[in-house]
Amino acid sequence: MRYAAVRRWLLPLLGAVVILAVWSSLAHHIESFPSPYDTYIQAFGGVNSNAEEITGVFSDPFYVANEDDKGIFWQILSSLERVFGGFALAILVGVPLGLMIGMSEVMFELFNPYIQIFKPVSPLAWLPLLLFVFQDINMTAIATIFITSIWPIIINTALGVRSVSQDYLNVARVLRFSPLEKVRKIILPVAVPFIFTGMRLSLGIAWLVIVAAEMLTGGIGIGFWIWNEYNSLNYHNIIIGIMIVGLIGFGLDIIIGRIADYFDYTKKGKR
Amino acid sequence: MNKFLSLEGVAKVFALGGGKEYVAVQNIDLQIRENEIVSIIGHSGCGKSTLLNMIAGLDAHTSGGIYLTNKEIDGPGPERAVVFQNHSLLPWLTVYQNIEIAVKKVMGELSKEELKERVMKFVQMVNLDHAKDKYPGEISGGMKQRVGIARALSIKPKVLLMDEPFGALDSLTRANLQEHLMRIQQNVKNTVIIITHDIDEAVLLSDRVVMMTNGPAATIGEILEVKLERPRDRVALQSDPEYIRCREAILDFLYKKFAKEDE
Repeated sequence: MRYAAVRRWLLPLLGAVVILAVWSSLAHHIESFPSPYDTYIQAFGGVNSNAEEITGVFSDPFYVANEDDKGIFWQILSSLERVFGGFALAILVGVPLGLMIGMSEVMFELFNPYIQIFKPVSPLAWLPLLLFVFQDINMTAIATIFITSIWPIIINTALGVRSVSQDYLNVARVLRFSPLEKVRKIILPVAVPFIFTGMRLSLGIAWLVIVAAEMLTGGIGIGFWIWNEYNSLNYHNIIIGIMIVGLIGFGLDIIIGRIADYFDYTKKGKR
Repeated sequence: MNKFLSLEGVAKVFALGGGKEYVAVQNIDLQIRENEIVSIIGHSGCGKSTLLNMIAGLDAHTSGGIYLTNKEIDGPGPERAVVFQNHSLLPWLTVYQNIEIAVKKVMGELSKEELKERVMKFVQMVNLDHAKDKYPGEISGGMKQRVGIARALSIKPKVLLMDEPFGALDSLTRANLQEHLMRIQQNVKNTVIIITHDIDEAVLLSDRVVMMTNGPAATIGEILEVKLERPRDRVALQSDPEYIRCREAILDFLYKKFAKEDE
């Protein structure tokens, strides 16, 4: 018990020490690479190592100076909106498509080659085409997320459908379930854990894509903010941005993992 | 003879590649009376499960005809309920819900109270009141199979088809379930077909035992009448001359006339 607690808290702490040591040494050897201390001050405010009074990034996250200069909260919010927009679309289209591909050999053969071809295409390759089509930053970001994050949802949903055991389908046949009842009462319960696995991968991709997309489209958003800080030579803020992206990505993964567990019948009765 | 369930010249032929075909079973002629319990016994690979699946309608027969109360069987249906070997309970539903989903579908006209009453009746019939809110993953193999039987009987089938229902269970649990089945049958008569490879089970449970020859092209070899009074007591039966005669007849068929070398 005590050993477990030590492992749980002390080891990650040890990891943090290693990271800070490497970081400090980088800051020491590379000119104007921000030190951990200055980065901390830059994030939360205070007096930095040059004895400058700093207003931290998180001191006033809600400020709105003008359309192009808003607090970090608004940057994150705008990124999250786009991610969830594209992600929701990907679910809306991907789940039914995956169900069809999983249930029908014809649909599988019709779509599978193109899924395999488009799946590995980088979001950055889609972006110019979509920007040209939509001529709008928001729509382009959402569409890019949609088109790069839909594949794991389709693939995992289809996989879920295919993993429905013939025994369960025989039960449905004996009871003379209609096709709709078969999907609702037999196929979906089996496929849901798979669908959530797909959604989890998909959300991870979406969060990766948004940073790159916003760097190119500009305007507002955490990706744009990081790029903008680079252009303004605020290297502290790039590091802060990386941490924000990492923490939010981690948080999103935990949340969707919890939701997935809730709907996973294999975890029922063990809760 | 009362032709309740009738198989006439039934065969199952699988098409293999290159114009070849595999005859699984053929020339099956069998009449089963209402409320009769019939076992089908044979070595593995004799097509006994194929035969059951054809009666269930899960597999299509390729020639001949299967008639239930003079209606030809074409596809599966709830009047021929199946107890699957691996129980086939839906793991995301509780014991209660597994029975409810069947009753609800087949008897859609029931009111909420009637539905609940009917489900509970069958939960109680297999003595699972205490486990009605458990998931299949939380109960033993024997209990799962009891739920399977309750689910099958709850939809008031004309025929109960059991595909090696107790095959995956240890011998004590198996005996327990056989007693359960006989007790249920004592109270409510059902027409039952049981696929088995257990000689004692066949004699204990059945009115008739159908013995299958070996595949390919398996067919019915002999049919044995079991003239034992019910209720039957498995311990007393061990010294009953009729029980011993039946056992020997099946043993003789399976291990002398149609012995299988590679088993």
